[in-house]
Amino acid sequence: MNLELTETQTLIRDTARKFARERVAPQARAMDREERFPTELFRELAELGLLGVNLPSKYGGAEAGVVAYALAMMEMAAADASVSVAMAVTNMCAELIHAFGTDAQREKYVTRLTLGEAVVGSFALSEPHAGSDPGALLTSAVKRGDRYVLNGSKQWITSGAHAGVMVVWARTSGTGNKGLSCFIVEGGTKGLHIGRHEDKMGLRASNTVALTFEDCEVPAENLLGKEGDGFKLAMTALDGGRIGIAAQACGVARAAMEATVSYTKDRKAFGEAVAEFQAPRFMMADMKTQLSAAELLTLRAAYLKEQKQPFTREASMAKLFASETSNRVCDKAVQLHGGYGYIDEFPVERYFRDARVQTIYEGTSEVQRLVIARETFRLIG
Amino acid sequence: MNFELTDIQREIQRLCREFAAKELIPNARKWDETHAWPTDAVKKLAELSLLGVAVPEKHGGAGLDNVCYAIAMEEISRGCASTGVIMSVNNSLYCDPVSKFGTEEQKEQFLKPFASGEKLGCFGLTEPEAGSDAAAQKTVAVRRGDEYVINGSKNWITNGPKADAIVLFTMTNKEAGNKGITAFLVPTNTPGFIRAEPDKKMGISAAWSCSMFFEDMRVPAKNILGKEGEGFKVAMSTLDGGRIGIASQALGIARAALEEAVRYSGERKSFGKPIREHQAIQFMIADMATEIDAARLLVWNAALLKDKGVRHSQESAMAKLYASEMASRVANKALQVHGGMGYSKEMDAERHVRDARITEIYEGTSEIQRIVISANLLKD
Repeated sequence: MNLELTETQTLIRDTARKFARERVAPQARAMDREERFPTELFRELAELGLLGVNLPSKYGGAEAGVVAYALAMMEMAAADASVSVAMAVTNMCAELIHAFGTDAQREKYVTRLTLGEAVVGSFALSEPHAGSDPGALLTSAVKRGDRYVLNGSKQWITSGAHAGVMVVWARTSGTGNKGLSCFIVEGGTKGLHIGRHEDKMGLRASNTVALTFEDCEVPAENLLGKEGDGFKLAMTALDGGRIGIAAQACGVARAAMEATVSYTKDRKAFGEAVAEFQAPRFMMADMKTQLSAAELLTLRAAYLKEQKQPFTREASMAKLFASETSNRVCDKAVQLHGGYGYIDEFPVERYFRDARVQTIYEGTSEVQRLVIARETFRLIG
Repeated sequence: MNFELTDIQREIQRLCREFAAKELIPNARKWDETHAWPTDAVKKLAELSLLGVAVPEKHGGAGLDNVCYAIAMEEISRGCASTGVIMSVNNSLYCDPVSKFGTEEQKEQFLKPFASGEKLGCFGLTEPEAGSDAAAQKTVAVRRGDEYVINGSKNWITNGPKADAIVLFTMTNKEAGNKGITAFLVPTNTPGFIRAEPDKKMGISAAWSCSMFFEDMRVPAKNILGKEGEGFKVAMSTLDGGRIGIASQALGIARAALEEAVRYSGERKSFGKPIREHQAIQFMIADMATEIDAARLLVWNAALLKDKGVRHSQESAMAKLYASEMASRVANKALQVHGGMGYSKEMDAERHVRDARITEIYEGTSEIQRIVISANLLKD
């Protein structure tokens, strides 16, 4: 065992950190206020290799592995959670197409995502009545000659209005988890309508929309994997996706903690810096401890995925622990800022709002607990 | 970055698991009930080279790394938390400072037979009015020629009733506060070394501790560990390592509690199905398993830093704080999963709760760990 970073991992982390601090952080507050999706930043992220961290250089990736990806996500999320979630979804779409796609699909679509030509990617699984339970989804895909015709609607689709490449789940037969298939759909395809933009509590610079498919025709060659593989593809992507969100949670929590350390040193009460009182110090000790544990759980899951070992249980643990931790840490950060924690002059109220979705998306904490319990019973018996 | 155990680490894990299954798990409840010192188990620990895990081989130890030590502590404590703390005190609190600060001559007498398990060591820092605040201690050592005369008392000294020697902390210069503390190596058969009856404790009942008194006890000056006035440094450096041991002990207790809860939840039925099929039970199990993994990573991270020889006060404190509070939470939830049976001495759940509770107190309370962690966090 050795928890030191490799040169590549250090390089990717430092690259992401520099970009996050210099280009992203200074705009974070304004983007949040204006609900502005920073299209221009994604070109630059692509140039740095951050839209395909774990993809081969042959397909435009940085080929730096999953641990490096998690480290990059932590850095980006510490600057702006909205940018980091679009980055995560793009990486995830590229990885999914690379893992299950044909050579032709890889050539065409993975590269478009990693090089930023698609701006970003979108992952269209959730529907108004199917979130954690994909077997309930209703969007249909019917084969007509060399095309599939998609009908139905999707909800909570991150970056949906900006994505040049989407992966979309639809039912090709049957009911439940069987009969689901996955398609690559290009942004702007006829019959794909971008619906209402969600007005969210946090992640306000991230674009979240509903999508409607109305006789939307997709070439048959854009079927990803085989017909009926959809559930497997979704679960594979989500296991990896959970590492991304766990890393995001670690990044936001770290930003909240660092802001709190700096604020409590400056702010005085009863003639002393707030950081000199034991109650705030103890809160910060707990924040730091839980954050360290969350980071280790996240990097372990990333390491296992990188080594191609089973990581379902570990990814769920990382996602559960990191997201719950980031909510607690951000809550304490607001508390330790007092009134200043509640106004947008300081970043912690944004961190608090951004953190809140982390226990919900990519599988709620409750879904993670089901996965972990199942795996624990299997292991211990 | 690599999260895999080495072959040796795996082998230690296997060996300790086997020993725990054969000799500890079948006896732990009985030892707890009768407050019996686990003589045979301690002898077996010596045979397995587990009483000086990280001590170099030339000084009687196994010469392994601190991750091995953490793994061994977890497995042994999973079998019996009392045996775990006996092992931890000898390894971390006794052998580690002698190995780090002792002269070659001291190591011959005070390390070799202790690391090999022929003799047992203990650590005397705590006093009736000085626990986490080491500078408040009242045990005094006064120089008389080539000797020091020591007067005072210590309490809660784990292994005290059985130990052959102690790393004893005294005040040699009251005015100097922390810089006036000096550590001595003292055989427990020294005239003037008096031991009280073993303490009556809530848990870890098979690990004996006691108060001790020193009445004009004469100790040769050559028995100073480190230099005069360096005792605080010796104590703090020792506790950084000791906290890894106790965090591992907490981890072992928590794992035993989880495993019992998982087993019981598969057998016990309510409303027509095993209780583990109820979501409330599943969610408790999921949180227990997650927190155990989180604690283990913190512990191993601290152990890796200790092996690298870099400062690890903050990481050890985080591991100790998190693992100990986690162990109490997990043991309590495991008891809850057992319902009424969890409160009965027929099962192990209640013992795990009692055993876990001390891990939040000894080798620095949770409050002391938070002081250490925040001091590091806020220092720059």
